[in-house]
Amino acid sequence: MATNLPGTDVVVVGLGAAGGIAVYPLAQAGLDVVGLEAGNVLTKRDFAPDEIRNNVRDWPMAIQKANHEVPTARPNAQSPTTRLASHPMMNGVGGTTLHYWAQSWRLNPWDFKVVSETKRRYGASRLPAGSTVEDWPFGYEELEPFYDKVEWEIGVSGQAGNVSGKTDPRGNIFEGPRKRDYPMPPLRWTGFIERMAEAAKSLGWHAFPGPAAINSRSYQNRSGCMYHGFCNRGGCHVDAKNSTAVTTIPRAEATGRLKVVSRAHVTSIDVDMRGRVSGVTYVTDGQEFFQPAKAVLLASYTYENTRMLLLSKSKPFPNGLSNNHGQVGRHYISHHQGAGVSALFPFDLKAWYGLPAQGVAVDNFADDNFNHGDLDFIGGGNLWVYSDRRPLGAANMNTFGRAPAWGSAWKAFIKENADRSNTSYIQKTTLPYDTNYLDLDPQFKDPLGFPVIRITGEYKENEQRVAAFTQDKMEQWYRAAGAIEVLRTPVGGTMMPTTHSYGGTRMGDNPETSVVDRYGFSHEAPNLGVLGASVMGTSGARNPTLTVQALAWRTAEHLAKDWKNITA
Amino acid sequence: MKVISRRELLRTAGAVGAAAMATDAFPVAAPSTSQTTPPSGAAAAPREAYERLTATESDMLEAIVARLIPTDANGPGAIEARAAHYIDRALAGALADQLEAYRAGFAAFDRYCRLSRGKPFVDLSATDQDSVLIDVESGSATGSGAGFTGSSVAFFNMVKAHTWQGTFGDPYYGGNANFVGWDLIGYPGVRTMVTAADQQRLEKNELTPNHRSAYDFDGFNKATARAASHGDQHGD
Repeated sequence: MATNLPGTDVVVVGLGAAGGIAVYPLAQAGLDVVGLEAGNVLTKRDFAPDEIRNNVRDWPMAIQKANHEVPTARPNAQSPTTRLASHPMMNGVGGTTLHYWAQSWRLNPWDFKVVSETKRRYGASRLPAGSTVEDWPFGYEELEPFYDKVEWEIGVSGQAGNVSGKTDPRGNIFEGPRKRDYPMPPLRWTGFIERMAEAAKSLGWHAFPGPAAINSRSYQNRSGCMYHGFCNRGGCHVDAKNSTAVTTIPRAEATGRLKVVSRAHVTSIDVDMRGRVSGVTYVTDGQEFFQPAKAVLLASYTYENTRMLLLSKSKPFPNGLSNNHGQVGRHYISHHQGAGVSALFPFDLKAWYGLPAQGVAVDNFADDNFNHGDLDFIGGGNLWVYSDRRPLGAANMNTFGRAPAWGSAWKAFIKENADRSNTSYIQKTTLPYDTNYLDLDPQFKDPLGFPVIRITGEYKENEQRVAAFTQDKMEQWYRAAGAIEVLRTPVGGTMMPTTHSYGGTRMGDNPETSVVDRYGFSHEAPNLGVLGASVMGTSGARNPTLTVQALAWRTAEHLAKDWKNITA
Repeated sequence: MKVISRRELLRTAGAVGAAAMATDAFPVAAPSTSQTTPPSGAAAAPREAYERLTATESDMLEAIVARLIPTDANGPGAIEARAAHYIDRALAGALADQLEAYRAGFAAFDRYCRLSRGKPFVDLSATDQDSVLIDVESGSATGSGAGFTGSSVAFFNMVKAHTWQGTFGDPYYGGNANFVGWDLIGYPGVRTMVTAADQQRLEKNELTPNHRSAYDFDGFNKATARAASHGDQHGD
């Protein structure tokens, strides 16, 4: 029997990228907030520059609740499922922002209007068959003020490319207009990144530094980046990575309105007879508690948001909370981040001390930044070349067919080439389809006995064509910079669990095709809000986190402003 | 329902029972290539203790890692890095769940050497040792009549991955002794701060390797350097 706790105004389930943002505007508005987080509190002392621990043994992700609920995956309903041993989402106060790459992009305006813009420019026939893509219920302009708030509140380094309609060629000329510059200049470049930027220019492409939620100089009394090379899957030892754990969460706590409860494993969101949310049930150290609240913001990651709704069955919601229209789990997307391209150069790149957010981007082939008139796909990919190398990773490099995998010949190869390879990161437009979805796995359960999520999804023709097209461009770029070998990985198959997972609780005006409304609140249980990329209907061609955070701020602000109506 | 868990993969690596091990058939001498074992006077040098592996297993492992990353004209290899000791120590801790895969794999490996080459691995010439490893790597040491009843590829990949960790990983874990792995690949070392001036020095080949472990720096919590093992993944 659960112990009833005193009530509060708002419960936020999950204090990561999204929940960790939302608590701040809520607390500032004078609402009492309880933040439930499944993980622990981690600090900079926990973030040693240790490749074995971080990148091989997966600490601290491996010990997390999230790794007890890794989704299964299958390409389609006719295929058997597979299950990976782990995935890189983590629990902890700050969530995956503790160890993420911190690339902090705004989506481009096209990403909000894929359907109407495609029809306008190319005709309706160019929308891929079977895709359930919709325009967002609002455009980029609506989200701009919230992007701006988050960029300045947590701190984002970058070079603006369009301030109030005035383009600046030092930044991304394809970005939507922003009200003002980034609060910090971009992270520095290495000689190799400069070389790649020059090569892009020689091809007539536009090269620019990418945005990062990492301090390029001291900001808000926290250090600038130390470029020490252990940022990839590692937390920051000087708090220069602007996780919500060192920014908005402590600021919300300082108002006296936020109570953080760590190691709280939420098992259900509960409703009253009217179908309104009444609070959440959670377990900590084997004890069960019920936390009553006037409103609940579900702010786990995409798989857990979806699973929590599907598991929270009740009389008003027999198929799962907010699922009377059968939309929970639909419109699922694993961002197409694969189909990589790697290159070998005939000189050392001097890449031992960098970070994945330090690099050069080309956006010429992303979104609708180029004419698709003669092409057989819509969308595109952002090309990203970054500086990130650690010794064990280097020793495990691909030998590009030039040496065996071990022995004296390998040793001679690695002695010469350990610092001569580079792997690009190409994020691609990935659309939702009616046959790509999430549901509960009929077989696999977490340690508490609850089913895990099952992904049914595969990259379709449009995604595979984008992949092949952007691989061509990436190879061209590497060759222009002097690469002597270029390798590609396959253009796409089964959608596997990823940090870039979207959909499942899509946002929209129509309850027949979405789960939450334009402010992120359930069409069916009006005092339930959902935060995270699960509300996003399109992926864009870049990292989701900043968009997730802008949306979280907007949803929290709406809750505070419309408090009486939402909690009536 | 097919489940790909690393543990399962490794379990199927060598399904031959441990009873097949012929523990008395191996010489007890320490590997002759080792430069880290201090000379101790007379004929039989005392064996350095292993925590988990038997004498037979550790001899076989030393001989395997010596071929994977050999000591040669390009300098020290996995022996000098003490990669086998890294593996042994990990099998008593973070990799404990793979001890049985090692045990079964060693037994199968030994059986395969005797069946196909007529001798235990440690008694083969370097060329023959390499040819055995190629068989195990390619999976052709698999099947009836061969040593491995499961796929030998999984055993090879497991040993190789751990040998690389023991040669190129942080010395805190017992491998990469004297930073031989990092020196081989030109890694200038773990630092907690790399200024723009440091990067300039690196680009001019003027940055001296600093030969420090992560835990040689003050203030890091060592208790977290223990956890279960999983594969590397994208972490953005």
